[in-house]
Amino acid sequence: MTDQPLSSAEAPKKRALPHINPVYFLLAALIAAILLQNPNFAEPTGYMNFLKRAAPLAILAAGQVYVLVSGGFDLSVGSLITLVVVGSSMLTNNDPSATLWVIPVMLCIGLAVGLINGLVVCFLKVPSLIATLGMMITLTGVSFMWSGGSPRGYLPDTFRFFGRVNIMDIPVIRMLPVALIVLIVVGFALYWLMHRTNFGRMVHAIGDNPQAARLGGVPVNRVRILAFVVSSLSAVVTGILLGGFAGVSTDVGNGYELQAITAAVLGGAQLLGGRGSVPAAIAGALSLQAIFTLLNFLGLPQPVRQVVQGLILIIAVALAMYRRKRTGR
Amino acid sequence: MNKNGVTPVIEMRGISKSFPGVRALNDVSFAVEPGEVHALVGENGAGKSTLIKILSGVYQPDAGQILLNGATKSFTHPVQSLKGGISVIYQEFSLLPERTVAQNIFLGREPTRRGIIDYAAMRAETRRVLDLFGAGTRVDPNAIVADLDVATQQMVEIAKAISLNAKVVVMDEPTAALNEAECEVLFETVDRLRERGTAIIYITHRMREVTRLANRVTVLKDGEVAAQFDHVPKPGDIVRAMVGRDIADFYAPFATENEIGAKVLSVRNGQNDRVSNINFDLSAGEILGFAGIQGAGRVALAMALFGEHPFTSGKVRLNGKTVAFTNPRDAIQAGIGLLPGDRKGEGLVLMQSVRDNGMLTARAFDTLLSSHKANQYADLASMDSLLDAMEVKASSYDQDIGNLSGGNQQKAIVARWLALKPKVLIFIEPTRGIDVNAKAGIYHLMRDLARGGAAVMMISSDLPEVIGAADRILVMRAGTIVDEFTHGATEHDIMLAATGETEVAA
Repeated sequence: MTDQPLSSAEAPKKRALPHINPVYFLLAALIAAILLQNPNFAEPTGYMNFLKRAAPLAILAAGQVYVLVSGGFDLSVGSLITLVVVGSSMLTNNDPSATLWVIPVMLCIGLAVGLINGLVVCFLKVPSLIATLGMMITLTGVSFMWSGGSPRGYLPDTFRFFGRVNIMDIPVIRMLPVALIVLIVVGFALYWLMHRTNFGRMVHAIGDNPQAARLGGVPVNRVRILAFVVSSLSAVVTGILLGGFAGVSTDVGNGYELQAITAAVLGGAQLLGGRGSVPAAIAGALSLQAIFTLLNFLGLPQPVRQVVQGLILIIAVALAMYRRKRTGR
Repeated sequence: MNKNGVTPVIEMRGISKSFPGVRALNDVSFAVEPGEVHALVGENGAGKSTLIKILSGVYQPDAGQILLNGATKSFTHPVQSLKGGISVIYQEFSLLPERTVAQNIFLGREPTRRGIIDYAAMRAETRRVLDLFGAGTRVDPNAIVADLDVATQQMVEIAKAISLNAKVVVMDEPTAALNEAECEVLFETVDRLRERGTAIIYITHRMREVTRLANRVTVLKDGEVAAQFDHVPKPGDIVRAMVGRDIADFYAPFATENEIGAKVLSVRNGQNDRVSNINFDLSAGEILGFAGIQGAGRVALAMALFGEHPFTSGKVRLNGKTVAFTNPRDAIQAGIGLLPGDRKGEGLVLMQSVRDNGMLTARAFDTLLSSHKANQYADLASMDSLLDAMEVKASSYDQDIGNLSGGNQQKAIVARWLALKPKVLIFIEPTRGIDVNAKAGIYHLMRDLARGGAAVMMISSDLPEVIGAADRILVMRAGTIVDEFTHGATEHDIMLAATGETEVAA
């Protein structure tokens, strides 16, 4: 989109050249690098486990894109993940049959958090960065209060099914993690909603120019609130997956909000709104996960991973700004 | 050197400049001699501002050269052109409002004595500079700029230019914000500058100012020099060069009596904090023009009707039904459309495609979760044919609208409303910043809409445009409607009503 040929006003109409988002090249290069380090990655256990690990972040990033494109930030998703994991362990209380009602309850909590975020931003006019930061601190507090600081250790296997189980004995690919199925279903739904519906186009419009959207009749507040709801619901799904393979703790969601933003920006999402893509954000999340995997292979410790993630965020935004300046927007 | 044996202070040769989607300037040459006023005229979008930005180093030309006193220069930054003796006075002044006149004039180069700012010297020098063009009696060096009226602020800008030793002063539509009396003060200032030997590039599209001030005239049209006069020609010659065709078919014909239909909109005693005592009727098939100076309340009236800043009292009837909109969405639902005056700030979603911009409103009134491709008002194919019909020029309708020229962008917004077939369509400054032929296109489009049964309101600060395009003209002043004209009114009559003065200085 940014590197389309500059059209002179007289140029006859023709189809725009297909434009491939650079994140897909990045992802391909990273996977090639992983394969060089570790040929076993080509085996189903290699790449399936990679996808399983990446699925929660990918879903979270796909949800974050909605808020980013609408011109905001959602920093509350990390603490919402924690709340989902901690809250689920408290509510299920080791009863395997409780999963059936606990998951809907968690989705309702996510709905409420998204609604509150959106309402605060739209009607109290609190900038989303601050509103969701406040929500983040609040939810962290709620998680601590609910669990008394030391969450009970287990989630029933019925709950952990989504994040942990691999369906085995499938021809060709041999194993299929349930988390990957969740990613494909949720990812497709979010793709469709963002790029194939009126709602998605309006999310773009309000992030691009809210005043123009308003004067064009777009129900700006309704669309903005729904964008926050989508982000929160995707955080709930992420929490359910993470509850599956991480343990129950009060820091399980820490840092996920910035990872999601980094992933979305790697996928070309514009930080001040108006542009962004769900598939590219998912590719961004896979790229980020691939970078972490590479760092692991290289034997670099956790703090290095944080340094790298911070640098990636800054570089990705700087590149986006540079590209924007160069194309005069 | 030219034929008179005088070296021009500044000469631009063969300047060309392109932006994505538009060729702003093509092989433009012109020169200014000391002690002359060279009028640079042309419609909005003709390339005047771009040319000046190249002269002042804001933009770099793609081709061509700039000669200062006969020597080639290339300015890559405004500071360089300032040092070369070129001062530009833009429409928005660059003064610091909370500082004094003297502080503004010496901003960043305050005279010092032993490291301490020498305020006495600063004031004395300010007074000397102001006296040079006879402004000494009007401007006090100690006055705070925010307290001065616009004309006086302009004098401070001019004084700043002179104290910087400007050999060339560029004035970009300097009368845009002035009333008649202030204009005359400005003209006298320009005369004094000319007597002192300063070269002045005077940008305007008002014929009266050209006749009053200019020694020579260059007419720009669509980024090219359409005509160059070594004398001041008859206004008609300039206009013909500016427009590039006869005025007759530049505007669409007025509505005939049969074309004016039933009353669609009526406002009685409309009032809010910006407008008061608003009474008017609008009929189907009619184009109703609103004239007035900036801040007269025309846009406020439009925004009140559109629900963006509603009336607090009074009665609005749309097709016989009493209505009171509290937000634009309700107004649109009831059949009112509005094209904002600030196209980039309020009209376009710049990062989206031409098609998305056209579909915006149609989608906003469809269900959230249905396909973006089609709805009850429009689908992608019908949007494309609308855009085709309006001859929107784009390499593809999937192209970002930000890369299109102003006229094509405006058409895409018109398409947005056409899809909804509104009963009342309000155009605010519909042709601001778009090229001449696109302007004619917009006028004819408005007329076609009116013929199709819509009622059109047109708010414009371009008086000839209001006179040429509207069937009836309401003049606003200080938040209320003060006068009404049918077509055939002169600029002079309308200006009298708009400014509230008994006689306009010729």
